[in-house]
Amino acid sequence: MAQIFPKWTNKLPLVVLIAVLGFLTSAVGLFWYFGSPKYTDVGYRPVQPVAYSHKLHAGDLGMDCRYCHTDVERSAHANIPSTQTCMNCHTLVKTDSEKMLPVRESWANKEPIEWVRVHNVPDYAYFDHSAHLNAGVGCESCHGNVAAMEIVELKQTLSMGWCLDCHRAPQQHLRPQDQLTVMNWAAPVNQAEFAALMIKTKNIKPPVDCSGCHR
Amino acid sequence: MSVTLTKSKPGALEEVPLIKGNQTFRSITEKISEITERKTALTWVLLFSLAASVALLFFAQIGYLFWEGIGIWGLQNPVGWGWAIVNFVFWVGIGHAGTLISAVLFLFRQKWRTSINRFAEAMTIFAVIVALVFPGIHVGRVWVAYFMFPLPNQMQMWPNFRSPLLWDIFAVGTYFTVSLMFWYTGLIPDLATLRDRAKTRLRKITMGILALGWRGGNKQWKHYEMAYLLLAGLSTPLVLSVHSVVSTDFATSIIPGWHTTIFPPYFVAGAIFSGFAMVLTLAIIARKAYGLENIITIQHFEKMNKIIMVTGMMVGYAYGMEFFIAWYSGNEYEKFAFINRAFGPYAWAYWIMITCNVLIPQLYWSKKMRTSVPVMFTISIFVNIGMWFERFVITVTSLANDYLPSSWDYYSPTIFDIGLLIGSFGLFFSLFLLFIRFLPMISMAEVKGVLPQADPHHYEGEAHHG
Repeated sequence: MAQIFPKWTNKLPLVVLIAVLGFLTSAVGLFWYFGSPKYTDVGYRPVQPVAYSHKLHAGDLGMDCRYCHTDVERSAHANIPSTQTCMNCHTLVKTDSEKMLPVRESWANKEPIEWVRVHNVPDYAYFDHSAHLNAGVGCESCHGNVAAMEIVELKQTLSMGWCLDCHRAPQQHLRPQDQLTVMNWAAPVNQAEFAALMIKTKNIKPPVDCSGCHR
Repeated sequence: MSVTLTKSKPGALEEVPLIKGNQTFRSITEKISEITERKTALTWVLLFSLAASVALLFFAQIGYLFWEGIGIWGLQNPVGWGWAIVNFVFWVGIGHAGTLISAVLFLFRQKWRTSINRFAEAMTIFAVIVALVFPGIHVGRVWVAYFMFPLPNQMQMWPNFRSPLLWDIFAVGTYFTVSLMFWYTGLIPDLATLRDRAKTRLRKITMGILALGWRGGNKQWKHYEMAYLLLAGLSTPLVLSVHSVVSTDFATSIIPGWHTTIFPPYFVAGAIFSGFAMVLTLAIIARKAYGLENIITIQHFEKMNKIIMVTGMMVGYAYGMEFFIAWYSGNEYEKFAFINRAFGPYAWAYWIMITCNVLIPQLYWSKKMRTSVPVMFTISIFVNIGMWFERFVITVTSLANDYLPSSWDYYSPTIFDIGLLIGSFGLFFSLFLLFIRFLPMISMAEVKGVLPQADPHHYEGEAHHG
């Protein structure tokens, strides 16, 4: 019989095998990396209707988070302040600022400012701000150092795996109740002891079963 | 104790030759290769068109299922597992004969397997393909079917490793992969034969690629036989494991009628039972259509019929034992489940099952029945029907009347339940028709190995034939 195939085809089965295995591995790997919120979501920084600077207010001026987000310790939802909250000061301060124009318009027309949501947990995942704060989890653990952000951006993945990492071992994120809003917070040397005490006295048992969050 | 090496022909009984009609190596090659080389017969075209149309109907219904959801089936509360699971278990069961014939009988040196193993393995692969469709579509939201596999993800979410449903996927997936490898390894020498006989360049190249450079040299045969033996060893535990795992899908739940330890062996016996029946059905038709009476002889059929009879009685024993345990356990729910099976709203299905699986195979006690082609064809069809009903009875009767009488309901299939079952046969037969048209349906190399010419030894006490 005449030779139909040249000699190099002898290597073909091996090449095909490697290619198939490589393809499967890279398909899983690429989805895992490029499909995860670490790639798709972190760094999300939408343009807001008002050029509001968290860095100026919470950082340089040192305002507490809770001056504006008032209900965060009592409610599941950390409220976005109404225009009234802005006008508490801005009826007196920077009354003719160009940047403040949308706020004054909102105030005059009685139309709320339509802020763009940055941290959006899906509706099927139950999340309660008050529960986390009362357990002693600081704002920074999930939102990053907001006091250093000119425009707020997403710092954490907010993925289920990320939630579970802390729910399984919350020790590094528990703070004394009076330091919740402190930014750039560093855990003290006795953090492990403190966390153990908090877990015991407050009976902190973060749920890790499905229905803990998917109610 | 000294061992004396005497060469005597084993077996005092007169041996019936496995292959009839004074076949030579050449006549076997001619007979089997020729089927794949001749012009396509009109009958084949007609049959394939019919099967492919039914298969198309199958895919159309699956499309509608994806669009509309599993509400198109007759599923309701409390029967949450309906025909999709029944069909899955039915087809996986059919897939068991192939590996049993090819691997277990190979390890037991049953030479009669050579005439039917290729055939049975192909049937296995196609049956498993059809079976795998059902768990894939029964999830309803098919775009999240990848959740069935343990893939790394940012949710840190894994399938439940304690659930038999996950191991079901592994078991059936492994079974499919190993069966495919085994089948293909067996095909290589025959594909090389077809390549060497090829007239056109296209056929030379196609068969050349498929034959993977097989030359039939001594060294190649040595490696080949070792690979075949290893694959046979690898497949043998799978014959037992796959349906055992499938049975634990039921047995690990606490539903009366499912929660029994007899399930794994009972399911395996049933699977072999149904698989042999399906091999028989197909072999009888193909043998007649392609004139293979000399290669697949009545002797082969008789042996298969004996296996059908044995496994049928094992299944019958399991049916009986379930009733015995229901009484002996003193568990009133278990007792109710079985009385309800036999005399409740699904009694008709139960008695179809008993008639087809236990009573009808008893005809095989008679050698006349075992060796009559029309009789065995009819019986094989009955067994196929009976084994489908077995899965129906197990799945539906236990769910429809469980612990809570207020939720009892009667399950009725919809047109889509029935359509998908019929459609699955369309897919199965399409694949099978393609196989018998384009690939050698009998293992030429192995059949040649059981011809008398392949064993040219002189046995003591035997006249020398020169």
